Amino acid sequence: MATILEARDVCQYFGGLKAVEKVNMKIEEGDIFGVIGPNGAGKTTFFNICSGIFKPTAGEIIFRGEPITGLLTEKIARKGMARTFQNIQLFKYMTVLENVKIGFHIRTRTTMLSALLRSKRYSEDEKFATEKAAEILERVGLSEFRDTLASNLPYGIQRKVEIARALALDPKILLLDEPAAGMNPSETQELSDFVKKLNAGGLTIVVIEHDMKFVMNTCNRILVLNFGQKICEGTPDVVRDDRNVNEAYFGKGLVVGEGYNNA
Amino acid sequence: MTSKPVNFFKSIPLWVKVLGGVALAALLIALPIVYPKSYVMGVMCRIFMYMILAGSLNVINGYSGQFNIGHAGFYCIGAYTEAILATKLGLSFWIALPLGGVMAALIGLLVATPTLKLRGTYLAIVTLGFSEIIRLVALNWEGLTGGPIGIKGIPAPVFFGFKVTRSIHYYYIFLALAALFFFVTYRVINSRVGRAWMSIREDELAARSLGVETRFYKATNFMYGAFWAGIAGAAFAPYFKFIASDMFSLDEGFNILSMVIIGGQGTLLGPMVGSVIVNFLTEFLRPISQYRLVVYALLIIAMMWLRPQGLVGASNSILAAKKIGGKTGRGKRGALAPAGGK
Repeated sequence: MATILEARDVCQYFGGLKAVEKVNMKIEEGDIFGVIGPNGAGKTTFFNICSGIFKPTAGEIIFRGEPITGLLTEKIARKGMARTFQNIQLFKYMTVLENVKIGFHIRTRTTMLSALLRSKRYSEDEKFATEKAAEILERVGLSEFRDTLASNLPYGIQRKVEIARALALDPKILLLDEPAAGMNPSETQELSDFVKKLNAGGLTIVVIEHDMKFVMNTCNRILVLNFGQKICEGTPDVVRDDRNVNEAYFGKGLVVGEGYNNA
Repeated sequence: MTSKPVNFFKSIPLWVKVLGGVALAALLIALPIVYPKSYVMGVMCRIFMYMILAGSLNVINGYSGQFNIGHAGFYCIGAYTEAILATKLGLSFWIALPLGGVMAALIGLLVATPTLKLRGTYLAIVTLGFSEIIRLVALNWEGLTGGPIGIKGIPAPVFFGFKVTRSIHYYYIFLALAALFFFVTYRVINSRVGRAWMSIREDELAARSLGVETRFYKATNFMYGAFWAGIAGAAFAPYFKFIASDMFSLDEGFNILSMVIIGGQGTLLGPMVGSVIVNFLTEFLRPISQYRLVVYALLIIAMMWLRPQGLVGASNSILAAKKIGGKTGRGKRGALAPAGGK
């Protein structure tokens, strides 16, 4: 398995605030990679660096063997990275189908001229986008909502629409920012199954999540951030038993024993 | 909550739409023959011209969510380009007309490029300033634009040896241009390009994360709107036979903007309706002269209050966010913020 996404000594400072400090990460192809950490640990900032929304203060991001540090978000998306957002960013006043159809932007090539002339490319593109979008909605189980405005949907469904829209890019890697937030346990379980199913289809998935049950059951590798720094990386079992991780979450007083290694 | 028809117009059967369209077209074509009063023709010419102006502004403001209030500037460029080409170089109207549009689009690109990172009111201020700069250039560049005197005696277009002079003839030119604008814009909007524009309006960051080259699409959107404003201006110049810089003041820009707001942003039909309403009002309110501006102001305030999405405005637009937010109680944080606001 080859490395698909790699971070080398990535730093992001906002003035005096070190939001992300020298984080190294290696995601192998086919992983379900979890990024966890207490609130304000820099998880979303780290995601924003990976997807090109922020240009890191220092360090390098390598995607499929190619440095993508500081590239525009849209260029990175074109290279095969799709993402969702922590505070759902759907096209609210468009229908679910239209939302997903916009996801096909990079896989279609209609220009203003071919749209004007209703050329062959236009009809092919429209057919392709509409059919594939319907297919994705079917796969995600959202067919009944295809003509509903995104803003009229319940929270959990909106999260799914966002994932469906990201899938339209046919990405190599999918970044999910707190996909289970606001979901009830059975929805979370469903999401976990869905993520595993996507992964079984060959998609590498990176997920930020606070729901530990979800993370431990779904991910095969986990990166833990705290105050912008990496404090642990490994399989769920390793992370669960790690002293630093427990300290970060529960505080020092609760961790019995002595001689912990300060990272 | 489940799938409900979002668009009222989509629920009308096709044959009704086709029949309605044919009837409307026949009516518009037959009008000058049935009722060729030159006053009415003049009003109709203005209505068609403002349909193009308001419609093209709507492509910028309503579809891609950029905020341009200096549309009169592009209108001005189109008019002056045609006038200068026709009077100084003796170029035919049919060549000068598209060149007027192209010129406006090029200047549009010039304005759009440095302002791509601006949004909302900041972009609005830049376009406002731009519009004034264009007007001042037209006022002061005496060698080219005739300065305060303007350009007189703009030659009439010649259509296969037939000289177009009366407003009844211009009626058909403006009708054809407005129809062409409607047709072209409909096709562009309902395509990948139009979807990309709308995605920028709804959420620019999300659009970028989906690979929409927002800079490119914002610039082309701006150019597209400017192009059609230029076309309207270029058709206006020979129609009025005389142009001067004070015809393209900020008031003109606000006039166009008010049509878009009253008719409904983000819909193809809205600005058309807005143009009809505002122009009819102008005619009806002629007796009270400048006090009609008060009526416009009240109308706009009332519209913003009661129907922020405009008369024809669909509720399926971020521009109607306030309305939807109030009605369903779903007015989340950001629902009131401008498009893509975070």
